Amino acid sequence: MPEPARGLPGALGRFRGSLPALVVQRVAVGLVTLVVVSAIIFAITSLLPGDAAQAILGQAATPEAVAALRAQYGLDQPGPLRYLHWLAGLATGDLGRSYTAGVPVADLIAGRLPKSLMLAATTAAVSVPIALTIGIVSAMMRGGPVDRALNLITLCMVAVPEFLVATIAVLVFAVKLGWLSALSNAMDIATPTQFVRAYAMPVFTLCFVIIAQMARMTRAAVIDQLSASYVEMALLKGARPARVALRHALPNAIGPIANAVALSVSYLLGGVVIVEAIFSYPGVATLMVDAVTNRDMPIVQGCAMIFCAGYLLLVLAADLIAIAANPRLRHR
Amino acid sequence: MDPLVRVEGLRITARKPTGEAAVLVDDVGFEIPKGEVLALIGESGSGKTTVALSLLGYARPGCRIESGRIVVDGIDVLSLDDEGRYGLRGRKVAYIAQSAAAAFNPMKPLMDQVIEAALIHGTATRAAAEAKAVALFADLALPDPGGIGRRYPHQVSGGQLQRLMAAMALITDPGLVVLDEPTTALDVTTQIEVLRAFRAVVRDRGATAVYVSHDLAVVAQMADRIVVLNGGRARESGTVDQVINHPRDEYTRRLVAAAAPQPRGEPRGAVETPLLEVRALVAGYGRLDRDGLPAARVLEDIDLTIARGAAVGVIGESGCGKTTLARVIAGLVPAARGDVRFDGQPLPTDLRHRSREQFRRIQIVFQNADTVLNPAHSIERILARPLAFYRGLRGEAARARIAQLLDLVKLPASVASRRPSELSGGQKQRVNLARALAADPDLILCDEVTSALDTVVGAAILDLLADLRRELGVSYLFISHDISTVRAVCDEVVVLYAGRKVDAGDRAAMGHPPFHPYADLLIASVPALRIGWLDALPRRLAASLPPVGEALDEGLCPFLPRCAVRRAGRCDTTPAPKQVLPGGREILCHVSLDELARIQSGGAA
Repeated sequence: MPEPARGLPGALGRFRGSLPALVVQRVAVGLVTLVVVSAIIFAITSLLPGDAAQAILGQAATPEAVAALRAQYGLDQPGPLRYLHWLAGLATGDLGRSYTAGVPVADLIAGRLPKSLMLAATTAAVSVPIALTIGIVSAMMRGGPVDRALNLITLCMVAVPEFLVATIAVLVFAVKLGWLSALSNAMDIATPTQFVRAYAMPVFTLCFVIIAQMARMTRAAVIDQLSASYVEMALLKGARPARVALRHALPNAIGPIANAVALSVSYLLGGVVIVEAIFSYPGVATLMVDAVTNRDMPIVQGCAMIFCAGYLLLVLAADLIAIAANPRLRHR
Repeated sequence: MDPLVRVEGLRITARKPTGEAAVLVDDVGFEIPKGEVLALIGESGSGKTTVALSLLGYARPGCRIESGRIVVDGIDVLSLDDEGRYGLRGRKVAYIAQSAAAAFNPMKPLMDQVIEAALIHGTATRAAAEAKAVALFADLALPDPGGIGRRYPHQVSGGQLQRLMAAMALITDPGLVVLDEPTTALDVTTQIEVLRAFRAVVRDRGATAVYVSHDLAVVAQMADRIVVLNGGRARESGTVDQVINHPRDEYTRRLVAAAAPQPRGEPRGAVETPLLEVRALVAGYGRLDRDGLPAARVLEDIDLTIARGAAVGVIGESGCGKTTLARVIAGLVPAARGDVRFDGQPLPTDLRHRSREQFRRIQIVFQNADTVLNPAHSIERILARPLAFYRGLRGEAARARIAQLLDLVKLPASVASRRPSELSGGQKQRVNLARALAADPDLILCDEVTSALDTVVGAAILDLLADLRRELGVSYLFISHDISTVRAVCDEVVVLYAGRKVDAGDRAAMGHPPFHPYADLLIASVPALRIGWLDALPRRLAASLPPVGEALDEGLCPFLPRCAVRRAGRCDTTPAPKQVLPGGREILCHVSLDELARIQSGGAA
């Protein structure tokens, strides 16, 4: 423990533990959140109308057959018991068995998750540098014509729905120009060219949405720092505006920027249903949507848990980056 | 010989949100010969910082240097292009800001920031600049000159940061150094050391400097010449001696008068039933341990009595626990030990257990009226709230009472319909007082109520406090870091150091020795409005203090590490006894009061 600071109530913040203790604490909170979320997901999916056994066997099935199938899946057991079974399975990596496909949910997700992660990673790799550049440039030129133009563009990008962007992209690049395939599904990627052809449109569409968010939040975070006294001090030492923004303001804005990036990227994991659907991209989001249609609850629950865990991981990473970048938290 | 700096007909304007231009500085001119220190003195809004920044060719966002001429070392500053200005700043003219804590980038090590100007302007290689910085650190009497550069701003004290900023300014050997209120944010005992360090480096290097301040006494120690600014215009200029001892201008005379506050109100002699009694109080912050004591103890064993109608002052440096004491009495911080009695009745230390009547009778007035008054509410609404809450006054009755309250704090009735942003700092502090008075309290806790105000405005608030006490018979617990303010308003003075009451007595007794060694240091550190005061002051170096053993026990005198009269074998082994003089004077010290009196009157130790 650090020496307790005397005096000010503001010093209370210093009573928090050391850096490793902080990480352990955040991870523990994340795990508790996951358990709570699992209970909520389970409760909600149980409330969904419809019945997997009925859905599989069809309307003509005899009540006996339905009852037998329900017993086979354990659907006749009380809810809390089924939840505990599922939770115990979750802890060992067993996500249950798909009702409709009959194979382990983990296998189904394992087939799709790398594709989803690939799409998210490619989009992040393209969008984060662009967004940060736009944000920093418009913060440096705040109030000027460049800033206003960038502001207008990013606002328009936020306002246009992604299905519209995707549809227009398909119309222009696939239908009219014929440069790209409208489907990225069947692609067998071996060369960089094939990779670009497969990913160009989904990535373009997703970038459209998240660049705007990240750029606007970066701009706000940097502007916030540019009004600080130490920025004026740097100017009065003869530092040029670019040096002031990059060497002085940006390091102080890393915390909020990391959080903005984490939020945007976590959206890529779970919120890309429309994009996956339009481009027939075989990701986790489509798997989940199909499962909802089929009342295949183990898949729905498994996917929801994956999304939630991914979100928590990203937010945790953003927190750790913010702490590692801040000497007040790093040196205690 | 040409002066190093020549400013002529400087006019700086700002654009208000409404679009019209406001004149911040109008027709200001002065000259500074090489090697001299010029002081720009004035209150907030006088334009002194705006003038100082213009010497670097810099105007804050929204401000514009409209006309005038500034020549520094042969360079016409206002005709420079962007590149020329980058070359000027930090190279020819360097700046030392008021709040070093804000002016250092919290994310970067100190050394990187100190030598940044040298690297930007290419005056030295990194290694040479670092070596020069270390030498400057030593000149500025910073501890561990070789290693302090590796630390981050939050790891050093405010006084050290201020000296590090001086090193940052001097790293390129600039021709002109602009010091903008460089010691205003510091405790008075720290200020002395920083002033000494500044003056030594300025003198040794023969630097030319502009010293911006609101404090005439500080300026008298630092400057050769003074320009008095008021409302953006130069009211008077001359040598330090002329301005301080023979002021010609009416405004300068008021400034000089306010620098030495006169006692207000007659001390109350008769001992009445105490209104507030604090006994053996222990309080702090953080988690409670098994004995119910907080992790960070801020107050230790505090006794305090406030008689009805009396004013008791609490002074000490930042972090000594004076605000915590007010918060315990107000019920905002729970007491871990001891008790608080109000009008003979025990006062619950937890807010939730206090009655509305107890709330009403103790009111608190905070330092910063800007943040205390809701900017979205009119003054009438701000005052109506406590009237309705405590007194059940509404409608016409409430309006009549608000008019009375405004009259009481000497504000025009028309203020009622305005919002806080339309009032000046002094007016806001009066509204803040009226808000407390609306509850008809018996005790008002005043927490640094004049610290954020200019000297002249603060003096008017002190007058008002004295008037209110005479008219309403209200009592004050008056918290301040400024002993001359406390002596001006209070009947009794309590000195806190590191959470302990080290010295206490009435106003008359606190005017002469014996003092607790810390109180002595505190009083000696208040700059006097006298040229040469700083030079005459004996230096207290840590190395020259009497040697003592390593203090391990918790209950020992907290001032031991800094004490000039400490005694080995006593101070470092046994807790200090409380010595009581007739008349209620209390001093927590091992050294006998006769001996303290002898040493502090000028005798040898």
